Amino acid sequence: MIDLNSVSFAYPGGRPIFSDFSWRVERGETWAVLGPSGFGKSTLLYLLAGLRAPTSGEVCIEGQVVRRPRPRTGLILQDFGLLPWATCEQNVSLGLRIHGYYGPDGKHAPAGLPPASVRERTEHWLARLGLTSVRRQYPSQLSGGQRQRTAIARTLALEPDLLLMDEPFASLDAPTREGLQNLTLELQAEQRLTTVVVTHSIEEAAFLGGHILLFGQGIETIPNPGAGTAAYRGSQEYYELCDRLRARMGAGAAAAEAATAAESAASSPVGARLA
Amino acid sequence: MSRRALLLGTVVLLAAWQTLSWIVSAGVLPFRAQTNILPGPLVVFPVFFQQFPRALGQHFLVSLWRVLASMALSVALAVPAGLVMGQSQRLNRLLAPLVYLTYPVPKVVLVPVVVLFFGVGDAGKIFVITLILFFQILVLVRDAAANLRAELIQSVRSLGAGRRALFLYVYLPASLPAVLTALRVSVGTAVAVLYVAELYATQQGLGYYIFLEGSTLLDYPAMYAGIVAMALMGLGLYFAVDGLEHWLCPWEFVDR
Repeated sequence: MIDLNSVSFAYPGGRPIFSDFSWRVERGETWAVLGPSGFGKSTLLYLLAGLRAPTSGEVCIEGQVVRRPRPRTGLILQDFGLLPWATCEQNVSLGLRIHGYYGPDGKHAPAGLPPASVRERTEHWLARLGLTSVRRQYPSQLSGGQRQRTAIARTLALEPDLLLMDEPFASLDAPTREGLQNLTLELQAEQRLTTVVVTHSIEEAAFLGGHILLFGQGIETIPNPGAGTAAYRGSQEYYELCDRLRARMGAGAAAAEAATAAESAASSPVGARLA
Repeated sequence: MSRRALLLGTVVLLAAWQTLSWIVSAGVLPFRAQTNILPGPLVVFPVFFQQFPRALGQHFLVSLWRVLASMALSVALAVPAGLVMGQSQRLNRLLAPLVYLTYPVPKVVLVPVVVLFFGVGDAGKIFVITLILFFQILVLVRDAAANLRAELIQSVRSLGAGRRALFLYVYLPASLPAVLTALRVSVGTAVAVLYVAELYATQQGLGYYIFLEGSTLLDYPAMYAGIVAMALMGLGLYFAVDGLEHWLCPWEFVDR
Protein backbone atom coordinates (compact mmCIF):
# COMPACT_ATOMS: atom_id res chain seq x y z
CA MET A 1 0.00 0.00 0.00
CA ILE A 2 2.66 2.51 1.09
CA ASP A 3 6.24 2.35 -0.15
CA LEU A 4 8.83 4.90 0.84
CA ASN A 5 11.95 4.42 -1.27
CA SER A 6 15.11 6.11 0.04
CA VAL A 7 13.22 9.23 1.03
CA SER A 8 15.16 12.27 2.18
CA PHE A 9 13.56 15.44 3.38
CA ALA A 10 14.72 18.74 4.81
CA TYR A 11 12.86 22.02 5.25
CA PRO A 12 14.51 24.82 3.27
CA GLY A 13 17.57 25.92 5.21
CA GLY A 14 17.01 23.27 7.89
CA ARG A 15 18.78 20.10 8.87
CA PRO A 16 17.66 16.88 7.22
CA ILE A 17 14.67 15.25 8.89
CA PHE A 18 14.88 12.05 6.88
CA SER A 19 17.80 10.78 4.91
CA ASP A 20 17.56 7.67 2.83
CA PHE A 21 14.53 6.39 4.74
CA SER A 22 12.65 3.37 3.38
CA TRP A 23 9.43 2.00 4.82
CA ARG A 24 6.64 -0.32 3.71
CA VAL A 25 3.06 -0.58 4.89
CA GLU A 26 0.79 -3.40 3.74
CA ARG A 27 -2.89 -2.94 2.98
CA GLY A 28 -5.11 -3.04 6.07
CA GLU A 29 -2.30 -2.49 8.55
CA THR A 30 -2.47 0.05 11.33
CA TRP A 31 0.75 1.87 12.14
CA ALA A 32 1.39 4.20 15.03
CA VAL A 33 4.22 6.66 14.50
CA LEU A 34 5.58 7.51 17.94
CA GLY A 35 8.27 9.90 19.04
CA PRO A 36 9.03 13.20 20.72
CA SER A 37 8.07 16.50 19.07
CA GLY A 38 10.37 17.78 16.38
CA PHE A 39 11.50 14.39 15.09
CA GLY A 40 9.58 14.62 11.87
CA LYS A 41 6.50 12.52 12.69
CA SER A 42 4.11 15.05 11.24
CA THR A 43 6.43 15.64 8.31
CA LEU A 44 6.17 11.93 7.51
CA LEU A 45 2.39 12.25 7.48
CA TYR A 46 2.49 15.34 5.25
CA LEU A 47 4.75 13.44 2.84
CA LEU A 48 2.24 10.58 2.76
CA ALA A 49 -0.61 13.04 2.29
CA GLY A 50 1.13 14.65 -0.68
CA LEU A 51 1.17 18.03 1.06
CA ARG A 52 4.98 18.04 1.04
CA ALA A 53 7.38 16.56 -1.50
CA PRO A 54 10.53 14.65 -0.54
CA THR A 55 13.88 16.27 -1.31
CA SER A 56 14.89 13.00 -2.92
CA GLY A 57 13.47 9.50 -3.15
CA GLU A 58 9.87 8.51 -3.76
CA VAL A 59 6.68 8.21 -1.78
CA CYS A 60 4.46 5.62 -3.48
CA ILE A 61 0.91 4.71 -2.56
CA GLU A 62 -0.75 1.85 -4.43
CA GLY A 63 2.23 1.87 -6.78
CA GLN A 64 1.68 5.51 -7.74
CA VAL A 65 4.21 8.20 -6.88
CA VAL A 66 2.52 10.79 -4.65
CA ARG A 67 2.93 14.30 -6.02
CA ARG A 68 -0.21 16.01 -4.72
CA PRO A 69 -3.00 15.06 -2.29
CA ARG A 70 -4.43 11.76 -3.41
CA PRO A 71 -8.24 11.60 -3.62
CA ARG A 72 -8.53 8.38 -1.66
CA THR A 73 -6.25 9.38 1.19
CA GLY A 74 -8.04 10.80 4.23
CA LEU A 75 -6.23 13.17 6.59
CA ILE A 76 -7.34 14.10 10.10
CA LEU A 77 -5.44 16.74 12.05
CA GLN A 78 -5.36 17.50 15.75
CA ASP A 79 -7.56 20.55 15.54
CA PHE A 80 -8.37 23.59 13.46
CA GLY A 81 -9.31 21.41 10.51
CA LEU A 82 -13.01 22.32 10.53
CA LEU A 83 -14.40 25.36 8.75
CA PRO A 84 -15.46 27.71 11.57
CA TRP A 85 -18.19 29.25 9.39
CA ALA A 86 -19.83 25.95 8.49
CA THR A 87 -22.16 23.87 10.63
CA CYS A 88 -21.27 20.35 11.71
CA GLU A 89 -23.37 19.02 8.82
CA GLN A 90 -21.81 21.37 6.27
CA ASN A 91 -18.36 20.35 7.49
CA VAL A 92 -19.22 16.67 7.14
CA SER A 93 -20.43 17.21 3.58
CA LEU A 94 -17.52 19.49 2.60
CA GLY A 95 -15.35 16.81 1.00
CA LEU A 96 -18.31 15.40 -0.92
CA ARG A 97 -19.19 18.87 -2.20
CA ILE A 98 -15.58 19.47 -3.24
CA HIS A 99 -15.60 16.17 -5.12
CA GLY A 100 -18.89 17.16 -6.72
CA TYR A 101 -17.42 20.51 -7.69
CA TYR A 102 -14.58 18.90 -9.65
CA GLY A 103 -16.40 15.79 -10.79
CA PRO A 104 -14.61 12.39 -10.85
CA ASP A 105 -11.46 13.75 -12.50
CA GLY A 106 -9.02 11.36 -10.78
CA LYS A 107 -7.01 14.35 -9.63
CA HIS A 108 -9.20 16.04 -7.02
CA ALA A 109 -11.78 13.27 -6.69
CA PRO A 110 -11.46 9.55 -7.40
CA ALA A 111 -11.99 8.74 -11.07
CA GLY A 112 -14.63 6.29 -12.17
CA LEU A 113 -16.80 6.37 -9.07
CA PRO A 114 -20.28 7.65 -9.79
CA PRO A 115 -20.92 11.02 -8.13
CA ALA A 116 -22.08 10.18 -4.63
CA SER A 117 -25.33 11.40 -3.19
CA VAL A 118 -24.04 14.09 -0.86
CA ARG A 119 -27.13 14.12 1.31
CA GLU A 120 -27.36 10.36 1.79
CA ARG A 121 -23.72 9.91 2.69
CA THR A 122 -23.74 12.93 4.98
CA GLU A 123 -26.79 11.52 6.79
CA HIS A 124 -25.14 8.14 7.13
CA TRP A 125 -21.94 9.50 8.64
CA LEU A 126 -23.66 12.00 10.90
CA ALA A 127 -25.67 9.11 12.31
CA ARG A 128 -22.72 6.70 12.47
CA LEU A 129 -20.71 9.14 14.57
CA GLY A 130 -23.63 10.29 16.72
CA LEU A 131 -23.67 13.83 15.41
CA THR A 132 -27.27 14.06 14.22
CA SER A 133 -28.41 16.11 17.21
CA VAL A 134 -25.67 18.73 16.79
CA ARG A 135 -25.74 18.90 13.00
CA ARG A 136 -26.78 22.56 12.90
CA GLN A 137 -24.18 23.75 15.37
CA TYR A 138 -20.96 25.51 14.47
CA PRO A 139 -17.58 24.08 15.50
CA SER A 140 -17.22 26.73 18.23
CA GLN A 141 -20.37 25.33 19.84
CA LEU A 142 -19.22 21.69 19.74
CA SER A 143 -17.18 19.88 22.37
CA GLY A 144 -13.66 18.77 21.48
CA GLY A 145 -14.84 15.19 21.02
CA GLN A 146 -17.72 16.23 18.77
CA ARG A 147 -15.36 18.35 16.69
CA GLN A 148 -13.02 15.42 16.18
CA ARG A 149 -15.92 13.13 15.33
CA THR A 150 -17.03 15.71 12.76
CA ALA A 151 -13.55 15.64 11.25
CA ILE A 152 -13.62 11.83 11.16
CA ALA A 153 -17.10 11.78 9.57
CA ARG A 154 -15.99 14.30 6.95
CA THR A 155 -13.00 12.18 6.02
CA LEU A 156 -14.71 8.78 6.07
CA ALA A 157 -17.63 10.13 4.00
CA LEU A 158 -15.16 10.17 1.10
CA GLU A 159 -14.59 6.42 1.54
CA PRO A 160 -10.81 6.60 1.76
CA ASP A 161 -8.65 3.50 1.56
CA LEU A 162 -5.83 5.14 3.53
CA LEU A 163 -6.42 7.14 6.70
CA LEU A 164 -3.74 9.44 8.09
CA MET A 165 -4.19 10.96 11.55
CA ASP A 166 -1.93 13.57 13.13
CA GLU A 167 -2.24 13.66 16.93
CA PRO A 168 -5.98 13.26 16.42
CA PHE A 169 -6.97 13.04 20.07
CA ALA A 170 -4.19 14.99 21.80
CA SER A 171 -6.38 17.89 22.92
CA LEU A 172 -9.16 15.74 24.38
CA ASP A 173 -9.78 14.64 27.96
CA ALA A 174 -9.01 11.02 28.84
CA PRO A 175 -12.49 9.43 28.67
CA THR A 176 -13.30 11.18 25.37
CA ARG A 177 -9.91 10.20 24.01
CA GLU A 178 -10.32 6.53 24.92
CA GLY A 179 -13.84 6.52 23.48
CA LEU A 180 -12.56 7.89 20.18
CA GLN A 181 -9.63 5.46 20.15
CA ASN A 182 -12.09 2.58 20.50
CA LEU A 183 -14.22 4.11 17.76
CA THR A 184 -11.16 4.38 15.53
CA LEU A 185 -10.53 0.64 15.93
CA GLU A 186 -14.17 -0.12 15.10
CA LEU A 187 -14.21 2.09 12.04
CA GLN A 188 -10.87 0.80 10.90
CA ALA A 189 -12.15 -2.79 10.98
CA GLU A 190 -15.49 -1.79 9.46
CA GLN A 191 -13.99 0.13 6.53
CA ARG A 192 -10.90 -2.10 6.14
CA LEU A 193 -8.73 0.99 6.25
CA THR A 194 -4.99 1.18 6.13
CA THR A 195 -4.21 3.61 8.93
CA VAL A 196 -1.20 5.66 10.01
CA VAL A 197 -1.59 7.49 13.33
CA VAL A 198 1.04 9.98 14.42
CA THR A 199 1.16 10.46 18.17
CA HIS A 200 3.46 11.49 21.00
CA SER A 201 1.39 9.43 23.44
CA ILE A 202 2.94 6.06 24.30
CA GLU A 203 -0.43 4.66 25.41
CA GLU A 204 -2.12 5.70 22.18
CA ALA A 205 0.62 4.16 20.03
CA ALA A 206 0.53 0.92 22.01
CA PHE A 207 -3.25 0.72 21.88
CA LEU A 208 -3.86 1.63 18.22
CA GLY A 209 -0.73 0.54 16.40
CA GLY A 210 -0.48 -3.02 15.11
CA HIS A 211 3.01 -1.84 14.25
CA ILE A 212 4.86 1.00 15.88
CA LEU A 213 7.34 3.19 14.07
CA LEU A 214 9.44 4.65 16.87
CA PHE A 215 11.35 7.88 16.23
CA GLY A 216 14.20 8.56 18.61
CA GLN A 217 17.44 6.69 18.29
CA GLY A 218 17.05 6.49 14.59
CA ILE A 219 13.80 5.00 13.39
CA GLU A 220 12.87 1.49 14.48
CA THR A 221 9.92 -0.80 13.96
CA ILE A 222 8.22 -2.54 16.87
CA PRO A 223 5.54 -5.16 16.18
CA ASN A 224 2.44 -5.11 18.37
CA PRO A 225 0.33 -8.08 17.27
CA GLY A 226 -2.02 -7.92 20.29
CA ALA A 227 -3.45 -4.52 19.37
CA GLY A 228 -6.79 -4.17 17.64
CA THR A 229 -9.44 -4.68 20.30
CA ALA A 230 -10.74 -2.42 23.06
CA ALA A 231 -9.90 -5.10 25.67
CA TYR A 232 -6.19 -4.85 24.84
CA ARG A 233 -5.99 -1.73 27.01
CA GLY A 234 -6.27 -3.88 30.15
CA SER A 235 -3.83 -6.62 29.18
CA GLN A 236 -0.42 -7.39 30.63
CA GLU A 237 1.09 -7.35 27.15
CA TYR A 238 -0.09 -3.76 26.65
CA TYR A 239 1.46 -2.55 29.91
CA GLU A 240 4.75 -4.24 29.16
CA LEU A 241 4.86 -2.70 25.71
CA CYS A 242 4.16 0.76 27.16
CA ASP A 243 7.07 0.30 29.59
CA ARG A 244 9.38 -0.80 26.84
CA LEU A 245 8.38 2.12 24.63
CA ARG A 246 8.83 4.54 27.52
CA ALA A 247 12.36 3.30 28.14
CA ARG A 248 13.31 3.51 24.49
CA MET A 249 11.80 6.94 24.03
CA GLY A 250 13.66 8.21 27.09
CA ALA A 251 16.92 6.83 25.75
CA GLY A 252 16.18 8.30 22.34
CA ALA A 253 15.46 11.76 23.73
CA ALA A 254 18.64 11.69 25.82
CA ALA A 255 20.70 10.56 22.85
CA ALA A 256 19.18 13.28 20.69
CA GLU A 257 20.05 15.92 23.25
CA ALA A 258 23.61 14.68 23.42
CA ALA A 259 23.78 14.60 19.64
CA THR A 260 22.49 18.15 19.36
CA ALA A 261 24.97 19.31 21.98
CA ALA A 262 27.77 17.74 19.98
CA GLU A 263 26.42 19.36 16.79
CA SER A 264 26.66 16.03 15.05
CA ALA A 265 22.98 15.78 14.27
CA ALA A 266 23.22 16.57 10.58
CA SER A 267 25.66 13.78 9.88
CA SER A 268 23.66 11.02 11.55
CA PRO A 269 22.91 8.11 9.24
CA VAL A 270 19.16 7.76 9.64
CA GLY A 271 18.79 11.41 10.35
CA ALA A 272 15.55 11.69 12.31
CA ARG A 273 17.13 14.40 14.33
CA LEU A 274 15.39 17.72 14.41
CA ALA A 275 15.68 18.40 18.12
CA MET B 1 -29.16 45.84 21.66
CA SER B 2 -32.90 45.56 22.10
CA ARG B 3 -35.42 47.46 20.04
CA ARG B 4 -36.70 49.08 23.21
CA ALA B 5 -33.29 50.45 24.12
CA LEU B 6 -32.88 51.87 20.63
CA LEU B 7 -36.32 53.46 20.75
CA LEU B 8 -35.59 54.95 24.15
CA GLY B 9 -32.27 56.35 22.90
CA THR B 10 -34.04 57.95 19.93
CA VAL B 11 -36.63 59.58 22.18
CA VAL B 12 -33.94 60.94 24.53
CA LEU B 13 -31.94 62.41 21.63
CA LEU B 14 -34.99 64.04 20.07
CA ALA B 15 -36.04 65.44 23.45
CA ALA B 16 -32.56 66.88 23.98
CA TRP B 17 -32.64 68.45 20.53
CA GLN B 18 -36.06 69.99 21.17
CA THR B 19 -35.00 71.32 24.57
CA LEU B 20 -31.85 72.88 23.13
CA SER B 21 -33.92 74.39 20.36
CA TRP B 22 -36.25 76.02 22.91
CA ILE B 23 -33.29 77.40 24.85
CA VAL B 24 -31.76 78.89 21.69
CA SER B 25 -35.02 80.36 20.44
CA ALA B 26 -35.72 81.92 23.86
CA GLY B 27 -32.66 84.07 23.26
CA VAL B 28 -31.26 83.47 26.73
CA LEU B 29 -27.82 82.42 25.48
CA PRO B 30 -24.97 84.74 26.57
CA PHE B 31 -23.46 85.01 23.07
CA ARG B 32 -25.18 86.96 20.31
CA ALA B 33 -26.72 84.15 18.35
CA GLN B 34 -29.72 84.42 16.15
CA THR B 35 -32.73 82.77 17.72
CA ASN B 36 -33.81 80.84 14.60
CA ILE B 37 -30.64 78.84 13.99
CA LEU B 38 -31.75 75.66 15.79
CA PRO B 39 -35.28 74.66 14.89
CA GLY B 40 -36.39 71.64 16.89
CA PRO B 41 -37.65 68.31 15.59
CA LEU B 42 -41.22 69.56 15.89
CA VAL B 43 -40.45 72.09 13.15
CA VAL B 44 -37.89 70.09 11.15
CA PHE B 45 -39.73 66.80 10.73
CA PRO B 46 -42.85 68.30 9.11
CA VAL B 47 -40.51 70.06 6.65
CA PHE B 48 -38.61 66.81 6.13
CA PHE B 49 -41.75 64.85 5.28
CA GLN B 50 -43.04 67.67 3.10
CA GLN B 51 -39.74 68.03 1.19
CA PHE B 52 -38.77 64.39 0.95
CA PRO B 53 -41.13 63.48 -1.92
CA ARG B 54 -39.71 66.50 -3.80
CA ALA B 55 -36.24 68.00 -4.10
CA LEU B 56 -34.87 66.52 -0.87
CA GLY B 57 -35.75 62.99 -1.95
CA GLN B 58 -33.99 63.48 -5.26
CA HIS B 59 -30.85 64.75 -3.60
CA PHE B 60 -31.08 61.85 -1.15
CA LEU B 61 -31.24 59.33 -3.98
CA VAL B 62 -28.27 60.88 -5.74
CA SER B 63 -26.19 60.70 -2.55
CA LEU B 64 -27.36 57.17 -1.79
CA TRP B 65 -26.43 56.05 -5.30
CA ARG B 66 -22.94 57.52 -4.87
CA VAL B 67 -22.38 55.68 -1.59
CA LEU B 68 -23.82 52.37 -2.81
CA ALA B 69 -21.84 52.49 -6.05
CA SER B 70 -18.68 53.20 -4.05
CA MET B 71 -19.42 50.31 -1.69
CA ALA B 72 -19.93 47.92 -4.57
CA LEU B 73 -16.87 49.15 -6.42
CA SER B 74 -14.60 49.03 -3.38
CA VAL B 75 -15.72 45.50 -2.50
CA ALA B 76 -15.14 44.38 -6.08
CA LEU B 77 -11.62 45.82 -6.07
CA ALA B 78 -10.46 45.31 -2.51
CA VAL B 79 -11.59 41.72 -1.90
CA PRO B 80 -9.50 40.14 -4.68
CA ALA B 81 -6.55 42.39 -3.83
CA GLY B 82 -6.84 41.54 -0.12
CA LEU B 83 -7.13 37.82 -0.82
CA VAL B 84 -4.07 37.87 -3.06
CA MET B 85 -2.03 39.83 -0.52
CA GLY B 86 -3.20 37.57 2.28
CA GLN B 87 -2.18 34.44 0.42
CA SER B 88 1.15 35.56 -0.97
CA GLN B 89 3.71 36.62 1.59
CA ARG B 90 5.96 37.91 -1.14
CA LEU B 91 3.34 40.18 -2.68
CA ASN B 92 2.35 41.35 0.77
CA ARG B 93 5.95 42.25 1.62
CA LEU B 94 6.09 44.22 -1.62
CA LEU B 95 2.79 46.07 -1.21
CA ALA B 96 2.46 46.34 2.58
CA PRO B 97 4.63 49.49 2.84
CA LEU B 98 2.46 51.19 0.22
CA VAL B 99 -0.69 50.31 2.11
CA TYR B 100 0.95 51.26 5.39
CA LEU B 101 1.82 54.72 4.10
CA THR B 102 -1.40 55.48 2.25
CA TYR B 103 -3.91 53.93 4.68
CA PRO B 104 -3.72 56.69 7.35
CA VAL B 105 -3.71 59.61 4.88
CA PRO B 106 -7.09 61.36 5.28
CA LYS B 107 -8.54 60.82 1.82
CA VAL B 108 -10.89 63.77 2.23
CA VAL B 109 -8.04 66.21 1.54
CA LEU B 110 -7.88 64.74 -1.94
CA VAL B 111 -11.36 66.03 -2.77
CA PRO B 112 -10.12 69.26 -4.47
CA VAL B 113 -7.58 67.24 -6.46
CA VAL B 114 -10.21 64.75 -7.52
CA VAL B 115 -12.46 67.62 -8.65
CA LEU B 116 -9.59 68.86 -10.82
CA PHE B 117 -9.24 65.44 -12.42
CA PHE B 118 -12.83 64.27 -12.66
CA GLY B 119 -14.66 67.57 -12.79
CA VAL B 120 -18.37 67.80 -12.05
CA GLY B 121 -20.48 64.67 -11.76
CA ASP B 122 -20.59 61.38 -9.92
CA ALA B 123 -17.22 59.92 -10.90
CA GLY B 124 -15.11 62.08 -8.59
CA LYS B 125 -17.35 61.55 -5.57
CA ILE B 126 -17.49 57.83 -6.11
CA PHE B 127 -13.74 57.75 -6.55
CA VAL B 128 -13.03 59.42 -3.20
CA ILE B 129 -15.43 57.25 -1.20
CA THR B 130 -14.20 54.12 -2.96
CA LEU B 131 -10.67 55.09 -1.97
CA ILE B 132 -11.64 55.23 1.71
CA LEU B 133 -13.60 51.98 1.71
CA PHE B 134 -11.00 50.23 -0.44
CA PHE B 135 -8.21 50.52 2.11
CA GLN B 136 -10.42 49.51 5.03
CA ILE B 137 -11.63 46.40 3.24
CA LEU B 138 -8.20 45.60 1.79
CA VAL B 139 -6.50 45.58 5.17
CA LEU B 140 -9.18 43.54 6.94
CA VAL B 141 -9.56 41.00 4.13
CA ARG B 142 -5.79 40.62 3.82
CA ASP B 143 -5.48 39.93 7.54
CA ALA B 144 -8.42 37.52 7.52
CA ALA B 145 -6.84 35.55 4.66
CA ALA B 146 -3.36 35.65 6.21
CA ASN B 147 -4.63 34.52 9.61
CA LEU B 148 -6.28 31.37 8.30
CA ARG B 149 -4.58 28.49 10.04
CA ALA B 150 -2.29 26.35 7.94
CA GLU B 151 -4.00 23.27 9.41
CA LEU B 152 -7.32 24.42 8.00
CA ILE B 153 -5.92 24.94 4.50
CA GLN B 154 -4.05 21.61 4.60
CA SER B 155 -7.03 19.61 5.74
CA VAL B 156 -9.30 21.13 3.10
CA ARG B 157 -6.62 20.43 0.49
CA SER B 158 -6.51 16.85 1.71
CA LEU B 159 -10.24 16.61 0.90
CA GLY B 160 -9.28 17.23 -2.72
CA ALA B 161 -9.57 21.00 -2.91
CA GLY B 162 -7.39 22.70 -5.49
CA ARG B 163 -6.97 26.43 -5.91
CA ARG B 164 -10.51 27.10 -7.11
CA ALA B 165 -12.25 25.03 -4.44
CA LEU B 166 -10.04 26.55 -1.73
CA PHE B 167 -11.10 29.98 -2.93
CA LEU B 168 -14.76 29.03 -3.01
CA TYR B 169 -14.97 27.05 0.23
CA VAL B 170 -12.30 28.71 2.36
CA TYR B 171 -11.01 32.10 1.29
CA LEU B 172 -14.30 33.61 0.20
CA PRO B 173 -16.32 32.71 3.31
CA ALA B 174 -13.35 33.64 5.50
CA SER B 175 -13.24 37.12 3.99
CA LEU B 176 -16.96 37.78 4.22
CA PRO B 177 -17.01 38.94 7.87
CA ALA B 178 -13.97 41.10 7.18
CA VAL B 179 -15.73 42.81 4.26
CA LEU B 180 -18.86 43.47 6.28
CA THR B 181 -16.93 44.67 9.33
CA ALA B 182 -14.92 47.02 7.13
CA LEU B 183 -18.09 48.39 5.56
CA ARG B 184 -19.79 48.78 8.91
CA VAL B 185 -16.97 50.74 10.53
CA SER B 186 -16.27 52.90 7.48
CA VAL B 187 -19.73 53.66 6.16
CA GLY B 188 -19.97 56.61 8.60
CA THR B 189 -16.71 58.06 7.30
CA ALA B 190 -17.90 57.46 3.77
CA VAL B 191 -21.07 59.49 4.29
CA ALA B 192 -19.09 62.25 6.00
CA VAL B 193 -16.67 62.46 3.11
CA LEU B 194 -19.55 62.38 0.66
CA TYR B 195 -20.90 65.49 2.35
CA VAL B 196 -17.59 67.31 1.86
CA ALA B 197 -17.32 66.05 -1.71
CA GLU B 198 -20.80 67.29 -2.51
CA LEU B 199 -19.89 70.82 -1.46
CA TYR B 200 -17.72 71.02 -4.56
CA ALA B 201 -18.63 71.26 -8.19
CA THR B 202 -22.07 69.71 -8.07
CA GLN B 203 -25.70 70.74 -7.88
CA GLN B 204 -26.96 67.40 -6.72
CA GLY B 205 -26.72 65.45 -3.51
CA LEU B 206 -27.49 66.08 0.15
CA GLY B 207 -24.23 67.93 0.76
CA TYR B 208 -25.18 70.48 -1.87
CA TYR B 209 -28.76 70.65 -0.57
CA ILE B 210 -27.67 71.33 3.02
CA PHE B 211 -25.14 73.93 1.93
CA LEU B 212 -27.59 75.66 -0.39
CA GLU B 213 -30.47 75.83 2.11
CA GLY B 214 -28.23 76.91 4.97
CA SER B 215 -25.80 79.38 3.39
CA THR B 216 -27.63 80.74 0.37
CA LEU B 217 -31.36 80.44 0.98
CA LEU B 218 -31.06 80.73 4.79
CA ASP B 219 -33.96 78.26 5.12
CA TYR B 220 -32.85 76.65 8.36
CA PRO B 221 -35.65 74.12 8.80
CA ALA B 222 -34.92 72.84 5.27
CA MET B 223 -31.21 72.72 6.04
CA TYR B 224 -31.93 70.62 9.11
CA ALA B 225 -34.23 68.39 7.08
CA GLY B 226 -31.22 67.77 4.81
CA ILE B 227 -29.06 66.99 7.83
CA VAL B 228 -31.70 64.56 9.07
CA ALA B 229 -31.76 62.91 5.65
CA MET B 230 -27.98 62.51 5.69
CA ALA B 231 -28.04 61.14 9.24
CA LEU B 232 -30.76 58.68 8.31
CA MET B 233 -28.75 57.55 5.32
CA GLY B 234 -25.68 56.87 7.48
CA LEU B 235 -27.81 55.13 10.08
CA GLY B 236 -29.72 53.12 7.49
CA LEU B 237 -26.54 51.93 5.79
CA TYR B 238 -25.02 50.99 9.12
CA PHE B 239 -28.09 48.96 10.07
CA ALA B 240 -28.25 47.39 6.62
CA VAL B 241 -24.63 46.20 6.82
CA ASP B 242 -25.20 45.01 10.37
CA GLY B 243 -28.26 43.07 9.21
CA LEU B 244 -26.32 41.58 6.31
CA GLU B 245 -23.64 40.45 8.73
CA HIS B 246 -26.20 38.65 10.89
CA TRP B 247 -27.75 37.09 7.82
CA LEU B 248 -24.60 36.07 5.96
CA CYS B 249 -22.30 35.29 8.91
CA PRO B 250 -24.53 33.56 11.45
CA TRP B 251 -21.56 31.71 12.94
CA GLU B 252 -20.20 35.01 14.27
CA PHE B 253 -23.20 35.46 16.52
CA VAL B 254 -23.81 32.01 18.03
CA ASP B 255 -23.60 31.41 21.76
CA ARG B 256 -20.42 29.64 22.60
